[in-house]
Amino acid sequence: MLGGVLLVLVIVATLLAPLLTPYNPLALSPTDRMLPPGPHHLLGTDEFGRDVLTRILFGARTSLRTGLVAVSLAIVIGVPMGLASGFYGGLIDRLLMRLVDLMLTFPGILLALVIVAILGPSLFNAMLAVGISASPTYARVVRSSVLSTKPHFFVEAAQAIGCRNWRIMLRHILPNVVAPIVVLGTLGVAGAIIAAAALSFLGLGAQPPEPEWGALLSEGRNFLLDAWWIATFPGLAIMVTVLAINLLGDGLRDVLDPQLRT
Amino acid sequence: MLYLTPGDPAIIYLGDTPATPARVAQIRHAMGLDRPLSTQYLSYVARLVRGDLGRSLRNDDTVLGEIQYRFPSSAQLAGAAFVVTVTLGIGLGLISALSRGTWLDASAMILALLGVSMPIFWLGLMLIFVFSLQLGWFPATGFGGWERLVLPAVTLGLLTSATLARLARSSVLEILWQPYIRTARAKGLAKGHVVRRHVLRNALILLITVAGLQLGDLLSGAVITETVFARPGLGKLLVDAILNKDFPVVQGVVLLIAVAYTLINLGVDVSYAYFDPRIRFE
Repeated sequence: MLGGVLLVLVIVATLLAPLLTPYNPLALSPTDRMLPPGPHHLLGTDEFGRDVLTRILFGARTSLRTGLVAVSLAIVIGVPMGLASGFYGGLIDRLLMRLVDLMLTFPGILLALVIVAILGPSLFNAMLAVGISASPTYARVVRSSVLSTKPHFFVEAAQAIGCRNWRIMLRHILPNVVAPIVVLGTLGVAGAIIAAAALSFLGLGAQPPEPEWGALLSEGRNFLLDAWWIATFPGLAIMVTVLAINLLGDGLRDVLDPQLRT
Repeated sequence: MLYLTPGDPAIIYLGDTPATPARVAQIRHAMGLDRPLSTQYLSYVARLVRGDLGRSLRNDDTVLGEIQYRFPSSAQLAGAAFVVTVTLGIGLGLISALSRGTWLDASAMILALLGVSMPIFWLGLMLIFVFSLQLGWFPATGFGGWERLVLPAVTLGLLTSATLARLARSSVLEILWQPYIRTARAKGLAKGHVVRRHVLRNALILLITVAGLQLGDLLSGAVITETVFARPGLGKLLVDAILNKDFPVVQGVVLLIAVAYTLINLGVDVSYAYFDPRIRFE
């Protein structure tokens, strides 16, 4: 509940960004360089005189979009893999799961780093990298759900009346594995936001002057002593948003799929 | 995959030197890039078996040499962070489970949730701001001496301990409801004795699994932590190599980390038999 409320507030602030602030996130203002938080700039300004609150609000659009696109990509890649692997079994299952195992050999953000190394640093490539690196988890979870759903009588009945395999997978099996996908997807958005922000922090994601939370942190780290607010508030924004999504995801998991509970 | 990427490694190798077609062809021949991909792959595997990971495109140093130079820093950081992870994670989870329903439990889980939600690079910067720049207790960057290890290890360990704390709590709570725990308490055994001799021993298997897998998270988290604290480790080497399109170094470091992760998982699997006699018996 709290997670949902927080997340709604973040999304509303993101959508209403142009109305909440009179400043342009990209406009430079040399006379307003590194001003501390005050009445005219609630969260201060950065090294180019840009309002930090404005860049955080507009950066929220980038970060949320990145999280959603990355998770959507992970689902589009991982769910069909898991469905096919669990349904067909045999050689298809072994090949797909070996591919998944190969991808899971790389811990955490490492696979995303490798993909960005191949494709080159950019926000779009960061979304691709995070999405591809997250897909094995969805494949594994969906396969597991398919394996437990497949023995049910309604699947056997569908096969008996001559339903094609793709129809059985989409109409009969997939609706029964939606719950873990929803839970994973929700929690996955949080992970994707942090992963994409990490790539941008390392200079491998969003490129300047695009306002993205990780990139804002990267810009602010050189001014910690003189202008602590440049790095502090974007990080707080990431934490609050990810916390909201995690709370929402935990709640959804308790309701939809208690088996995933830690 | 690396060789499908746009850009010619020979041109990257030449750097600022004029990349005439003749020179590029010469470099490509010297690097073996004019051979079929399958031949290049087999040649790479053959060199790998001999411990030859190639040379950096940037400074022509051997990749193995670069890794050997930077490995101690990363190993030190991962080891120290692992101690923080296990101590804090299991401790917090245990306290939370034993104080279930109290303010202590709620506080511990809120801290754990905040930890899971916090970006590691932001935590590192905030610790630098408070403990280095404001209080002057620890140096902000660099390698060498225990004082330069504290902030990076705490940064890396704090966040991975949050995941372990949540799992530890869940695991211990499951055990606390077991009949043999009720029996032990009914016999009049002190709570501390029951926790030490019965609860912890049974929780250890799952906790070791998760702690071992956290080593993998530590390896990937170290990539970012080393960049924040400017430690000359494998993580920073990897990021710099990616930014400079130094593919032999990227290949070498990624291979090393992937192998280390696999060996850690294998070690965790093998350790089951040591910690759980039932598995040994089976």
